[in-house]
Amino acid sequence: MEELLQSIIGESWILYVLLAAPPLVFILVYALVTVWTEMKVSAHMQDRLAYMYTGPHGVLQPLADILKLLQKEDTVPAAADKPLFIMAPYLVFIGTYAGFAALPFSSAYIGSDINLGAFYIIAVSSIVVVGLLMAGWASNNKWSIFGAMRSAAQIVSYEIPTALALLVAVMITGSLNLQDVIRFQEGGILNWVVFGGPLPVVQKLLLLPFTLTAFLIMFIAGVAEVNRTPFDLPEAESELVQGYNTEYSGMKFAIFYLAEYANMYLVSGVAACLFLGGWSSPFGDFMSGPLWGVFWIVVKGYFFVFLQIWIRWTLPRLRVDQLMYTSWKVLIPFLFACLFGVGLILVL
Amino acid sequence: MKESRTLPTDYVSSPERTSSGRTLRTDEMILNMGPQHPSTHGVLRLELVVDGEIIVDVIPHIGYLHRCFEKHAEHMTNYQQVIPYADRMDYLSSMCNDWAYALAVEKLLKLEIPERVQYIRLIMAELQRIASHLIAVGTYAIDMGAFTPFLWCFRDRERILDLFEMTCGARLLYNYIWVGGVSHDLPPRFVEKAKDFCRDFRKTLKEVHDVLTYNEIFIKRTANVGVLPKDVAINYACSGPMLRGSGVDWDLRRDDPYGIYDRFEWAVQIGKGEAGTVGDCWDRYMVRMREMEESTKLIEQAVASIPEGNVQSAIPKRIRPEAGEVYVRSESPRGELGFYVISDGTASPYRVKARAPAFVNLSVLPEISRGAMVADLVAIAGSVDIVLGEVDR
Repeated sequence: MEELLQSIIGESWILYVLLAAPPLVFILVYALVTVWTEMKVSAHMQDRLAYMYTGPHGVLQPLADILKLLQKEDTVPAAADKPLFIMAPYLVFIGTYAGFAALPFSSAYIGSDINLGAFYIIAVSSIVVVGLLMAGWASNNKWSIFGAMRSAAQIVSYEIPTALALLVAVMITGSLNLQDVIRFQEGGILNWVVFGGPLPVVQKLLLLPFTLTAFLIMFIAGVAEVNRTPFDLPEAESELVQGYNTEYSGMKFAIFYLAEYANMYLVSGVAACLFLGGWSSPFGDFMSGPLWGVFWIVVKGYFFVFLQIWIRWTLPRLRVDQLMYTSWKVLIPFLFACLFGVGLILVL
Repeated sequence: MKESRTLPTDYVSSPERTSSGRTLRTDEMILNMGPQHPSTHGVLRLELVVDGEIIVDVIPHIGYLHRCFEKHAEHMTNYQQVIPYADRMDYLSSMCNDWAYALAVEKLLKLEIPERVQYIRLIMAELQRIASHLIAVGTYAIDMGAFTPFLWCFRDRERILDLFEMTCGARLLYNYIWVGGVSHDLPPRFVEKAKDFCRDFRKTLKEVHDVLTYNEIFIKRTANVGVLPKDVAINYACSGPMLRGSGVDWDLRRDDPYGIYDRFEWAVQIGKGEAGTVGDCWDRYMVRMREMEESTKLIEQAVASIPEGNVQSAIPKRIRPEAGEVYVRSESPRGELGFYVISDGTASPYRVKARAPAFVNLSVLPEISRGAMVADLVAIAGSVDIVLGEVDR
């Protein structure tokens, strides 16, 4: 797509705007759909109806919500640190949106086809932590700072399992470029890294337990990184009121939520690219191609988004120390074992 | 209106002013939890002294919902007029409050209660106990971050409220149990509907057990947290599920019987420490879950054998008990609810004192939450199951 656009427009800033726009459009549409899905899924689990009045089955309710948030007065607490307070939500969103640059949407489209794609996403999404800390600190509210400290500790702790799980997939595929990782897995469901990748059968079977574990941990750590239940301590409503975004209202509040939903898709998308073949079709050549690619990656990513919603409305929340315990004493040792095992099998 | 952000003059920043050399000065933080906080279950204000996430001390501040119940009671023109005020004490178990007050006045009057009234009162009190425990369990789930069981609990509570509504027209504050009887007889089809409810309710209990009680995360959050040992529970005069959760086998329905509880088959449930230590949050939660089952049994038995008859005994409109005093206690969903009533022979009580279980249970909160984490405090406060209407009266 990049070459195609380049041949039409030539090397100008319009080219880069056009290349950067699709993820943003995707995020906005996807967030509306997910807000609605989340409400409907939770309502279904809880014997409720949820949105019913705005449009058939309330499909227009997310739009109405956005309109409401746009009209709301944008308050800044008198004691807040104003520049930081205003900057924080945008920084959080930038951290997430920047991650979408290296996330492939199809064999023909990726925001920026860089060699270290996977590594870049992990690195750039750390900016989110800075944003959350800023929000908590600038609010000048003790509950907010509690939430911010918790989220910083949590995201930093859970980035390690994410990165290690990513390494497992990278060791098998031999590339950090997500497009290459996906191309490696092309040719059907059995070639996905989660099932051992397109390797000889014996090697595949030996790899299977390690890849499955790594994949599972990648997903768990992803849920923790986006601060969703059971890891939603930074915004634990019953403890910290609303955590770092307690003092936010109107559009800034909405941007925090937009970033959270975008982040949900980002971690799901990365997991889908690394372990489930990204845009490649599960049926080999059947239903494959650049446009089908968009379909497949969105389906795969959205499946994990749905899983996160499902988990959120089922499980209680962990405590801070239990959260740290899970990361450092359970997930990380398992991943070291995975790394070792995968390395050993690949060398043999 | 620009807020100045300069440091206060006594701020310790230079090395020579710190007491312990060049080390970074850390301090305890005072954190105000409530009165507007999602987990204080009303307008309780907790002053927390925290060291990071660890709680050093908790100081409850109460009184935001004080409505002078006792003074109001003295200024009524009639003993019956106190009942709507008693409704509003513990607004989640109005039936039990009414009954406790009615018991006290009836004891002053030395009144015999018609048989059918006894049955109706027991059915209502046990339905109310289930409704109240459903809120306790449901909001506890929310405190732990699980939203879904909360709505399941409320769904079933709605059905109890429907039963109450068809009986007396009100859904929260009933003014139903009067001195000498009840305000209305049971409506037709009440008995079948109550039976239907009992049958369906067991399924809900099982669902909640599946999704919450034996959930690994829930157990991790509540087992061995906020342990209230037997002796401390007794010393603080805790009662109700608080006391039974600590393994003390004490239930006024059995040990100081009132009504007709002695005629039915049911058991007092105590905490056994299956998930952790006896007296932890999980035990208190579990006692409530099991009590709901026992209440279901009681309702089923009472509904099956309810006799026909009057629902009001013949008493004058303005009661004038002989001068004297009386203390009557009963087991409300939160514990020992007592009414101390002094009569001077006139038509209104000379003094009414309520012994509110939630108030007494709350007093043990600082004792069991020191050294816990902020998240644990939410778990502990939730397991005490306070209703601020009763704490403050």
